[in-house]
Amino acid sequence: MTVTLFIPCFVDALFPQAGISMVQILERLGHKIVCPEAIACCGQPAFNSGYWDESRVVAVKVLEQLRDAETVVIGSGSCGAMLKNFYPGLFADTPHEKLAKAVSERTWEFSEFLVDKLGVTDLGARFPHKVTFHDGCHGLRELHIKKPPRALLSHVQGLELLEMTEAETCCGFGGTFAAKFPMISAAMGEVKCASAIETGAEYIVSNDSSCLMQIQGLLSRQGNALKTIHLAEVLNQE
Amino acid sequence: MSTFASQFLQDAGRATDNSDQRRFIRTALGNYEIARDRHKGSFQDWQGARQLAAGIKWEAVNHLDKYLEQFVLKLESRGTKVHWASTGLQARETILQIVRKKKAHSIIKSKAMTSEEIHLNDALEKEGLQVVESDLGEFIVQLRHETPYHIVFPCMHLRRGEISALFQRELGSAPTNDPEELTMIARRVLRKKYITADVGITGANFAIADAGMVSITENEGNARLTAALPKTLITLIGIEKILPRLEDLALFLPMLATMGAGQQLTCYNTLYAGPRQPGESDGPEEWHVVLLDNHRTQLLADTEQRDALHCIRCGACLNVCPIFRNVGGHAYGTTYSGPIGSVITPHLRGLQDWKHLSNASSLCGACTETCPVKIDLHHHLLQNRRNAAQEKPAFLERFAYQIFSLLVTKPALWSLAKKMGRAMQPLHKIIQGTPLDPAKSWTQSRELPRLAPESFKDWWRKRR
Amino acid sequence: MSEREKILGRIREVLKAQAPPPGEALSEPDSIRSRQCLPKVGEPFDEQIVLFAQKLAELKADFQIFNSDTEMKQALVSLRDTAGWKRMARHSGPLTDVLCPVLGIPCLLTDQPYDVHDLEAADAGISECDALVAQTGSVLVTNRSAGGRALSVLPPHHVVLARREQLVADLPAAFELLKQKYGEDFPSMISFISGPSRTGDIERILVLGAHGPKKLTIFVLNTNH
Repeated sequence: MTVTLFIPCFVDALFPQAGISMVQILERLGHKIVCPEAIACCGQPAFNSGYWDESRVVAVKVLEQLRDAETVVIGSGSCGAMLKNFYPGLFADTPHEKLAKAVSERTWEFSEFLVDKLGVTDLGARFPHKVTFHDGCHGLRELHIKKPPRALLSHVQGLELLEMTEAETCCGFGGTFAAKFPMISAAMGEVKCASAIETGAEYIVSNDSSCLMQIQGLLSRQGNALKTIHLAEVLNQE
Repeated sequence: MSTFASQFLQDAGRATDNSDQRRFIRTALGNYEIARDRHKGSFQDWQGARQLAAGIKWEAVNHLDKYLEQFVLKLESRGTKVHWASTGLQARETILQIVRKKKAHSIIKSKAMTSEEIHLNDALEKEGLQVVESDLGEFIVQLRHETPYHIVFPCMHLRRGEISALFQRELGSAPTNDPEELTMIARRVLRKKYITADVGITGANFAIADAGMVSITENEGNARLTAALPKTLITLIGIEKILPRLEDLALFLPMLATMGAGQQLTCYNTLYAGPRQPGESDGPEEWHVVLLDNHRTQLLADTEQRDALHCIRCGACLNVCPIFRNVGGHAYGTTYSGPIGSVITPHLRGLQDWKHLSNASSLCGACTETCPVKIDLHHHLLQNRRNAAQEKPAFLERFAYQIFSLLVTKPALWSLAKKMGRAMQPLHKIIQGTPLDPAKSWTQSRELPRLAPESFKDWWRKRR
Repeated sequence: MSEREKILGRIREVLKAQAPPPGEALSEPDSIRSRQCLPKVGEPFDEQIVLFAQKLAELKADFQIFNSDTEMKQALVSLRDTAGWKRMARHSGPLTDVLCPVLGIPCLLTDQPYDVHDLEAADAGISECDALVAQTGSVLVTNRSAGGRALSVLPPHHVVLARREQLVADLPAAFELLKQKYGEDFPSMISFISGPSRTGDIERILVLGAHGPKKLTIFVLNTNH
């Protein structure tokens, strides 16, 4: 099928390898990938700060670009939640209401798309490392994605998944929250990092690069050798 | 920034700097989670119970007028005097008038967050009355001249040594590190107070419409004694505490206990239907029930957030909230802290003054996931942010989003922005951590990620 | 306009705007639906009494079941002796009247107005109850069934005397029983007591006997009434 891949702005600029991995994985599975040039951001930063008018300016572009998309796959649980759960509310009582609902229904987060839509769990990947998985909150609680990433990881050769006790605890990123309340954000992140370190894993894997940015930022500052990596990159290792 | 907001930043900063205290709170709440999960697991259908409870509270809150009238009619038929108060001031005045008429000197109270909300103790003390909190945790924070740290566990921030030192200082007791001995010290002091108090004051957990009863949940027996021994009893209830039917408690009591303290059922769940009735041997001669609005009808008017009135004050959302866990209860500066406090305080005390609490959330949704009556808590935080920005936009913030919107909707501009960012990156290294650093709020505690030499879009374009 | 009218008026005004009901439309909620969600309780008495005993053990209450009046009297006497009761309080009921006189210590009756200092001086309060709840290990008392409001909570040891047919399966059954028994004429106090008084306020460490009884003993007579 033709998959319209939405690569979020921070993945584009900071973590391109995650996006590249998604493209390569989906192409290997025989799908045609489209990445609309005009989409960069879903509009979540303004939305979360309460500036819905400014958010709509961005989101309208996204909707228009995705109007004819058969299937939309999005490389972040957080942006996925924005499209799937928040667009219908953001566009309620506007001319785009119907389109927002339609796009919402056709949108999938990357891991969920592989497992629940395509029924694929084994991508033939090999990653001989101990890893722990961080559930990004939007993926977990807005989109209810808990099992798909783990199903995918369970088929990666050589990979050992060590669950951390705080797997479902927020990393403290929270978008602009991280900058508006840095001391709280960092305190939350410390709890997360300590829990991940406790597992003895070499990598923290997540399906959300924004969380990993926060976690990696803290780990690097602490000088800890624990590394972060996006799920798609793990699944793309041979 | 409101003075409340800057106070919050200051207090949250101090709290997050104290990693011992954060670990102490985290351990306590971790133990709570284990007990909570054990009892949740004994339910045949926990999600069904949540759904049912949410439906029952919806029914109550969306027909509040009908159920309140039913409740009051039944209460009055058994000789209870019911008072209505639109504001905290009116509630305080009503209660003061009762105690004045009774020529009361001493008052024994059992735990009531509603009384914290209206600053009742201050008003009673100004009147020259001796007011004693009887719940152990409340008793301890009262001795410290503090507000409760948590709506269910008022003194969870204190270690036994601090409590022992407090008791030595305030009660002249011998030093001890044994929680049981500390509890017994309080028991001995408070026993005398029950017997000599002229008036008892309680809060309430539920107001049962069809039976005309007030339901009070507690572990210690202090509310039982408060409602048994003094001649005059006053109960302060928020109007949203209504449940339609007596049998609704079969569901709500175990849910409240499970989520509130990780118990199957709290030790005493007591229903009061009136003052002492003819032929009864004890109990208060007079019972006054004070129904408090204090901006609750304002929240009721907000159809988007009306479900916040479903709250049964179990504290479950505080317990799982990573913000609460790290900043603690006092930093909020509110009667109701944690997610529910951040949602309702702007309605109770003003949006612009209290919007910072809605911003101080990563929107992780742990609160919504745990809430036994399914209040859409973290989405209400988003709505508060939207309402605050609509009502009074912050000029610079809005401008920043306008610029950002422009950048991400024009591919050429977005490309240019990334290029410029890459060019500036080495410069940032030099100013990082200095007052000139535009990313200071990030870099003070975290490394900044590097812009990739080749963005995803660059790669995609090249490949095609 | 009274405050009552003002508040009710405001409520009626704002309720004109509808809030969406949560999830599925709610049919009349009833005990059956609650029961399907709550912890499961088996039908047979034997199963229920085992559950009740298990719950009481978790709650740190003492529980014994007896096959005759005589056995229960003996147990009361031994309770008196081990705890060293000097004074007690009780109310008048079919079980207490038959069983308690054997104790032979000064006894305050709380059926009529009494001096609270006398009750405070009692080492134990002995009462009957309305029901025992297997699901939660609770004793259901009212001020009518259990000698007023204070008897079951002021003395440091509360002893409950009950009969086997008073055991009900679960909380919905307990509320049904209350409605059947009292109709519209409810006593002014109804209490579910689940274990001795407790607190976890200091470092979340369990301490028994915060303000109410430090000990709760439940004696059940295993004969049909």
